Amino acid sequence: MGEELKLFRTWSSRYALRVVHALKIKDLEYETIFEDIKNKSTSLLEYNPIHKKVPVLVHNGKPICESLVILEYIDEIWKQSPLLPQDPYEKAMARFWAKFGDDKVMPSIWSVFISQRKDQEEAIAQAAGNLKFLEEQLTGKKFFGGETIGYLDIAFGWVANLISILEEIADLKLVDAEIFPLLSAWMNNFSDHPVINECWPPRDKMVEKFKAMREPYVEKVA
Amino acid sequence: MAKGDVQLLGAWSSPFTNRVQMALNLKSIDYEFIEVNFYSNKSESLLKANPVHKTIPVLIHDEKPICESLIIIQYIDEAWTKNGQSILPSDPYDRAIARFWAAYIDEKWFPLLKELGKESGDETKAAIMRKIFEGAGLLEEAFVKCSKGKEFFDGDNVGYVDIVLGCFLGWIKVTESMAGLKLFDETRTPGLAGWAERFVSHNAAKDIVPEPHKLIEFYMMVQAAKASTG
Repeated sequence: MGEELKLFRTWSSRYALRVVHALKIKDLEYETIFEDIKNKSTSLLEYNPIHKKVPVLVHNGKPICESLVILEYIDEIWKQSPLLPQDPYEKAMARFWAKFGDDKVMPSIWSVFISQRKDQEEAIAQAAGNLKFLEEQLTGKKFFGGETIGYLDIAFGWVANLISILEEIADLKLVDAEIFPLLSAWMNNFSDHPVINECWPPRDKMVEKFKAMREPYVEKVA
Repeated sequence: MAKGDVQLLGAWSSPFTNRVQMALNLKSIDYEFIEVNFYSNKSESLLKANPVHKTIPVLIHDEKPICESLIIIQYIDEAWTKNGQSILPSDPYDRAIARFWAAYIDEKWFPLLKELGKESGDETKAAIMRKIFEGAGLLEEAFVKCSKGKEFFDGDNVGYVDIVLGCFLGWIKVTESMAGLKLFDETRTPGLAGWAERFVSHNAAKDIVPEPHKLIEFYMMVQAAKASTG
């Protein structure tokens, strides 16, 4: 059957990258439409009129929005290489931690990135507390999904991709291998997976982008 | 299944607790309700059940805790497959749409109502009200598309989006009486106006959605407690 799959994304969106990883793991063919956030296409605005954001997956003309919703949709339609656990409790845990990542971990890491001095010290303590929960979730596991990459690994993809970039720009270490041995190992295992790293946006462009985003928050030296 | 196997830590006034109660009702699941007073010191059992967020509701099934109301509802749907009809739609695309609207309601729309409750300036309040009405318009469109001419978002039966939005009807009525206008009125949002009446009298929801006057009393009590400790 001819399936039509289109993914609207930007080159750097960590949310869109989740969908890219899921599609690659499931070995699905799809068309990519790169969006310019400052000049959104009519199609994107038609497919996602409420949020006007990427990613949007269009399957046989029908749009699905919100990256985690898209991941579940992909997993339900294409059964090969399952992303979510079968067991309802394990599934609930995966969903819980993915939401924790987006609602708590990401904002706390961002706070570290844009704050300075005392504020930054407090932000680091907060972020470290959040990362500790992730460290605990990896006990006895290579990936959050177990032996293979799953939904939660993909949801946390930004941890593997983005944190080292933010660390480099802000000149600090958040995920220290001595304090977070399991998380550090996971970041390497995840990054080393060919399906993952072949999709990553160019690092130098990412550094440039996030340096620019940090600019307004950095105190100018008189 | 023995009642002791399922416990719900929650609060009668919390719409997030209410929606889990509705999901349990839809599946005819017996459970023990453990009322938590989340405005006073968090109880030890709550901190043990939800060490990450320390919030309610928490569903405990066979001693395993599940947190976050939307995740709990999906868990209930997936763990009890033989009890009545499913809460989420059976078609994957319809499921994706239902999840989308649940996220919109929780992350974008309901926070506006909370914001309105906190603001005092007339202009700010008016701006928030405009956004609330815009959102209601979007939800009206969603209702028309999802219901396909039937009584509920899920069609003939109460389902996921119905309980995700319906649990707020008590607080919506409180907002309406305090602001002096209707959020889901017959002219602007006729679909939702009809849906709201049908929902509050549905078996899954009646006796769960608190009476507005009780919520107002509760709201006043919380405000007074905050003022005296502030």
